[in-house]
Amino acid sequence: MTVCNPNFLLMVEGLTVSFDGFRAVDDLSFYVEPNECQVIIGPNGAGKTTVLDLICGRTRATAGSVNFKGLELLDMREDQIVHAGVGRKFQTPSVYEDLTVFENLEISYPRGRNVWGALLFRRDRTVGRRVAEIAEMIFLEDHLDDKAGHLSHGQKQWLETGMLLIQDPELLMLDEPVAGMSIAERRKTAELLHRIIEDRSVIVIEHDMGFVEDIASRVIVLHEGRILSEGPMDRIKDDPRVVEVYLGH
Amino acid sequence: MLARMTGALRFSPAEIAGFAILAAVVFLVLPLALDTFRLNLAGKYLTYAFVAVGLVLCWGAGGILSLGQGVFFGLGGYCMAMFLKLEASTPAATRIQSTPGIPDFMDWNQLTALPWWWEPFHSLAFSLVAVVAVPVALAWIIGLAMFRRRVGGVYFAIITQSLAAILTILVIGQQGFTGGVNGITDLRTLLGWDIRTDAAKEILYFVNGALLFACLLLARFILKSKLGRVLVAMRDQEDRVRFSGYDVAQFKMFIFCAGAAFAGVGGAMFTLQVGFMSPTLVGIVPSIEMVIFCAVGGRLSILGAVYGTLLVNWAKTTFSESFPELWLLGLGALFIGVVMAFPNGLAGLYADHVEPRIRALLAWLGVRGAMPAPVAGGAAREMAPARSVAGGRQSGRSLQARGGASPEPGP
Repeated sequence: MTVCNPNFLLMVEGLTVSFDGFRAVDDLSFYVEPNECQVIIGPNGAGKTTVLDLICGRTRATAGSVNFKGLELLDMREDQIVHAGVGRKFQTPSVYEDLTVFENLEISYPRGRNVWGALLFRRDRTVGRRVAEIAEMIFLEDHLDDKAGHLSHGQKQWLETGMLLIQDPELLMLDEPVAGMSIAERRKTAELLHRIIEDRSVIVIEHDMGFVEDIASRVIVLHEGRILSEGPMDRIKDDPRVVEVYLGH
Repeated sequence: MLARMTGALRFSPAEIAGFAILAAVVFLVLPLALDTFRLNLAGKYLTYAFVAVGLVLCWGAGGILSLGQGVFFGLGGYCMAMFLKLEASTPAATRIQSTPGIPDFMDWNQLTALPWWWEPFHSLAFSLVAVVAVPVALAWIIGLAMFRRRVGGVYFAIITQSLAAILTILVIGQQGFTGGVNGITDLRTLLGWDIRTDAAKEILYFVNGALLFACLLLARFILKSKLGRVLVAMRDQEDRVRFSGYDVAQFKMFIFCAGAAFAGVGGAMFTLQVGFMSPTLVGIVPSIEMVIFCAVGGRLSILGAVYGTLLVNWAKTTFSESFPELWLLGLGALFIGVVMAFPNGLAGLYADHVEPRIRALLAWLGVRGAMPAPVAGGAAREMAPARSVAGGRQSGRSLQARGGASPEPGP
């Protein structure tokens, strides 16, 4: 594996976290290029979500390095990591249920993110236009004034994706973006994801193999906190170890 | 869309009505209906309303329950009292003391010189700044220590409560510097103006009312800004807010400091109107009482908090005159009752039961546009956790939200 290629957007090296001696992620290294869609698959408990938690600062790593555009993310707070350009979507849709769809998107708009900025934040035309643009993209243009808590499960997933898009991150991390969706919603989501991954790097965790094949430029198979196999999807599918621990089921 | 874009700073007709009614109560009804003694009492109650409004910001909007707001009320009050005490302790007025020119309680405690940290309180300008700055500085330090380490919820409540206990003990223990358990008493004039006369008490009542409205408008501005919405978001999904790029601790510190500033102003007005400041107003019991005022009024509504404060204090005065032993039990029962039956307090009752009737009545009378439907209830409705709107679905929703807050624990 080539190390320190300056063209990589994200370099994860030797990433390790142990919870009470249990190594959930064990000496993990991988690299993400600009505009690449990397998919992480693996059985339950393989450490997939933990990897994303470590990158976005939600969980503190025990050892290793996560380098994003020359910044060491492991030394930064969650909000600073967001400001650097990393966006994270959670597995269960987490939107602000007491706020309207408009307000959810507005809060995510990258302006006025400190106390004074938020106090003096004005809803000007630029914000309105951007929110409308994103709302249309995520199929919620008719729900702008609805409380997010009243949306369906699928709509919440879209809203959360929209909240990330309005941040315009360079690296987007999605945790099971199509989980719990109906077939129709799933198709719409796939279409949406295709559009948003075009001009940015994406790390996706997904179980739906059809979906993975559809979007992945590279696949990493995690097993017990280590990389079992990595490469393009067609090669992964034929790897006997992968079939044994994951695909075979 | 238009309503959305004009932003939140414009007052809705319902809000204007709400503010106007409260202004009428504070500036017309109470002064006309009450004699000077009772008006002064109402003025005292209204100083607690500053704290209650601050609690709406911290607790209602921000989800930070502080059981130590009495500390900030007390600090503001002591800063004011120190200035007034120094003014009352001229060498001429205190010539019978062994050290003339220092406050009487210092003399009684064998102090022979004014402590250095009392010196700046000779200046009114310094004292007025300190009324706000000292509580804010302490709130900031507590906030820095707690919120940066992500201490919250019950732990924060307990820590602030112990703070109230610590400050009380400190004030009582350092009798020579603070006046001890009696507090700072026998305050007379403000820049030569006698604050004990009836005329002065009435003027101070109106000054107090005006300051309260200034705080209410400031609180409304905060709640209606994007910062207010970030607070609501934080209260429900703290973790998620970090990933929208906000430094949660910074926002909590800000709102906690704002609540402390309001409380400090209230404390100073208490000192001016009541004429003394003592540790009984700083400790655990008053701090909890202030939370009850806020809860009864409705912790989501700044106007409700003022009514709640007036109502509970009026009840306290009335009942404790007749049944002094039963009052505390009654207060406890009131708190439990409100929390169990009306979690949004008086403001919630108003929004759920009174307001729809008013609207129906107006509609029946053919008044169109007088109360546009979706902007009801002043500040209360905006922040309310969709309870009456979602009806029975509420409990299910909040369970779901809990699950949402912690995706896939551990590996």
